[in-house]
Amino acid sequence: MPLIELDHVVTIFGNDPEGALARVRAGADKKTLLAETNHVLGLDDITLSIEAGEIFVVMGLSGSGKSTLVRHINRLIDSTAGAVRIDGTDIMALSKKELIALRRRRIAMVFQRFGLLPHRRVLENAAYGLEIRGLPKAEREARSRDWLERVGLKGYEDRYPGELSGGMQQRVGLARALAADTDIILMDEAFSALDPLIRSELQDELVALQRATGKTIVFITHDLDEALRLADRIAILKDGRLVQVGTPTDILLSPADPYVEAFVRDVNRARALTVDSLMQPPALRLSEESIGEALAAMRRTKSDVAYVVDDGRFAGVVTKEGLERAAVTQGAGEAVAAVAEAHPAVTADTAIESAIPTLLESPHPLPVVTEDGDLAGIVRPESVSEVLVSERTQADLVESAGAGEAAASRRADIDSAA
Amino acid sequence: MNIFPDIRGPIASATNDLVDFLVVDYGDAFEAFSNVLLQGLLFIERGLRAVPPWAMILIIAAVALAASRKPLMAVGAAAGLWFIGALGMWDQAMQTLAIILVSVCFCILVGLPLGVLAASSRMFRRGLIPVLDLMQTIPSFVYLIPAAMLFGLGKVPAILATVIYALPPLIRLTDLGIREVDGEVVEASRAFGATRAQILTGVQIPLSMPTIMQGINQTTMLALSMVVIASMIGARGVGETVLLGLQRNDSGTGLVGGITIVILAVVIDRITQAYGRRLQRHRSAEA
Repeated sequence: MPLIELDHVVTIFGNDPEGALARVRAGADKKTLLAETNHVLGLDDITLSIEAGEIFVVMGLSGSGKSTLVRHINRLIDSTAGAVRIDGTDIMALSKKELIALRRRRIAMVFQRFGLLPHRRVLENAAYGLEIRGLPKAEREARSRDWLERVGLKGYEDRYPGELSGGMQQRVGLARALAADTDIILMDEAFSALDPLIRSELQDELVALQRATGKTIVFITHDLDEALRLADRIAILKDGRLVQVGTPTDILLSPADPYVEAFVRDVNRARALTVDSLMQPPALRLSEESIGEALAAMRRTKSDVAYVVDDGRFAGVVTKEGLERAAVTQGAGEAVAAVAEAHPAVTADTAIESAIPTLLESPHPLPVVTEDGDLAGIVRPESVSEVLVSERTQADLVESAGAGEAAASRRADIDSAA
Repeated sequence: MNIFPDIRGPIASATNDLVDFLVVDYGDAFEAFSNVLLQGLLFIERGLRAVPPWAMILIIAAVALAASRKPLMAVGAAAGLWFIGALGMWDQAMQTLAIILVSVCFCILVGLPLGVLAASSRMFRRGLIPVLDLMQTIPSFVYLIPAAMLFGLGKVPAILATVIYALPPLIRLTDLGIREVDGEVVEASRAFGATRAQILTGVQIPLSMPTIMQGINQTTMLALSMVVIASMIGARGVGETVLLGLQRNDSGTGLVGGITIVILAVVIDRITQAYGRRLQRHRSAEA
């Protein structure tokens, strides 16, 4: 069962949301609804599920409903229709008391402009969630001190938030959310107000903290690079509608519609994608075969190179010519693993960008190995260039080539006229 | 042609009937309420007058120092009070101070909750604003007549008149202060599971405290400006001296009373302002 589920959630803002709901059900979109009834369609039939322990990023431009969406998870905003379930319980049906318990025990939140209490010291801010819950002062402060140290704020406990830089204030916000000891953390554009360097620093720390704690994080952003960096899965919203949900690779390589395509166009794919997204099965994989068997297999598959796995580990490559020579010098009965030549390889989670130098040096398609060293597949240089050059760039290339021809023919015309 | 229907007669006579009815049928209840208020006031007044002047000057100086953390302010407050004593107005000043203290406490007791309510409900605020406008603009004598009839002459109707006149700014500024609290901070508090009471006492009131202090300051100043009118219905104090000067065509006495009021006003104003500013210190760090 997924940890968090949104089930056909519709949210309309205005005087008569129920009345406007009928229009939405009849197919009115955000623009029509606003023009005809002066109601704002916040969320339009959102269904998605978030698994425990993942970083789920909700992405969209401003006004797409992403902040609205995340506020349904702790019911800071109530939906007009549909269900929001946490561990299978519909939280729309909770009493006031149960809702408060849910917010205290299960869900913490980090805000874009930090939402810290300016009249309280950093330590008291970090302890806020526990204080609300009624924990004794000594215990909540001890726990908050630990978290402040883990986010790198040791020594700042007695400062006021106003005395800290933006990045440090957001660390306090993060410590407050972590110290609240919930299994879910909602982060609403948490890093958007920070400058790029601090932002990427905090992104890395967030991923590390998430891996260490196993908390489920729902992260809102308008920044695709940030989404790609953090996400296990990404949901893309437009005008309150869910356009696509998928892993970063899905989003980059198979955008669902022109809107997503426009989003992903300017992404540095070499940095965002890992080699496993380009991986193909090796044409020929050899392990216990003898040299003679190997040569037969290569002739049969018409391949010039084969990848050798010895005892579950990638051992190197053999070429047809190499094997033919070895058959003469060592005999066709020798095991193929003994004559495999060492060959550079990369692991599956390497970013394409960092694999490119190895790929360029590599005489054959680059082998990709798993964590255990087994051969997972190969990457051909052609597939790298295919994925890095986006469709639009390809179109541009064709067009400029056409323009070149036109110019050439024009010149020819002028020449002939002369 | 007369286009005006006569409603003056009915309004005036209905009001008179109401006041008569209240005096006759509920006179005891009003007197009981009046006595409670009076006892409280007399208790404070006796306390203030029992303290020897030199001790009172020290106390006020200490309060000024605690509020402002500026020695100069403490010295100024002490000098002002000493000057009041030298003018021969000490007892009157203490009587006036007692009325002001009781009135302002009453205003805070009533005004804070009303301000909080106004901030949380737009409907309530819409209904309240015209009432506040009325309280600030209607001439005090209009309600002093029935008040004197219901509560008798003296200090209690004086307090009532002072409260009616001085209350509005506190309500308005409490309302404003709470609505001006950063919405994201309130939302954060909600998100962590704070109850409404926890949000109010832990976030909204502390963060609007500088503005609320402005309101208390304004209320105190307005209360001081009512002392002359209060003396007209028999409240003792500095106002009485001013009134005496007026009645006897004695400009000198009038001036002495006036100076005393000004000194009291300046001392109280500086102390409350300085306290309000100190509450803001986390804000200046932010800027």
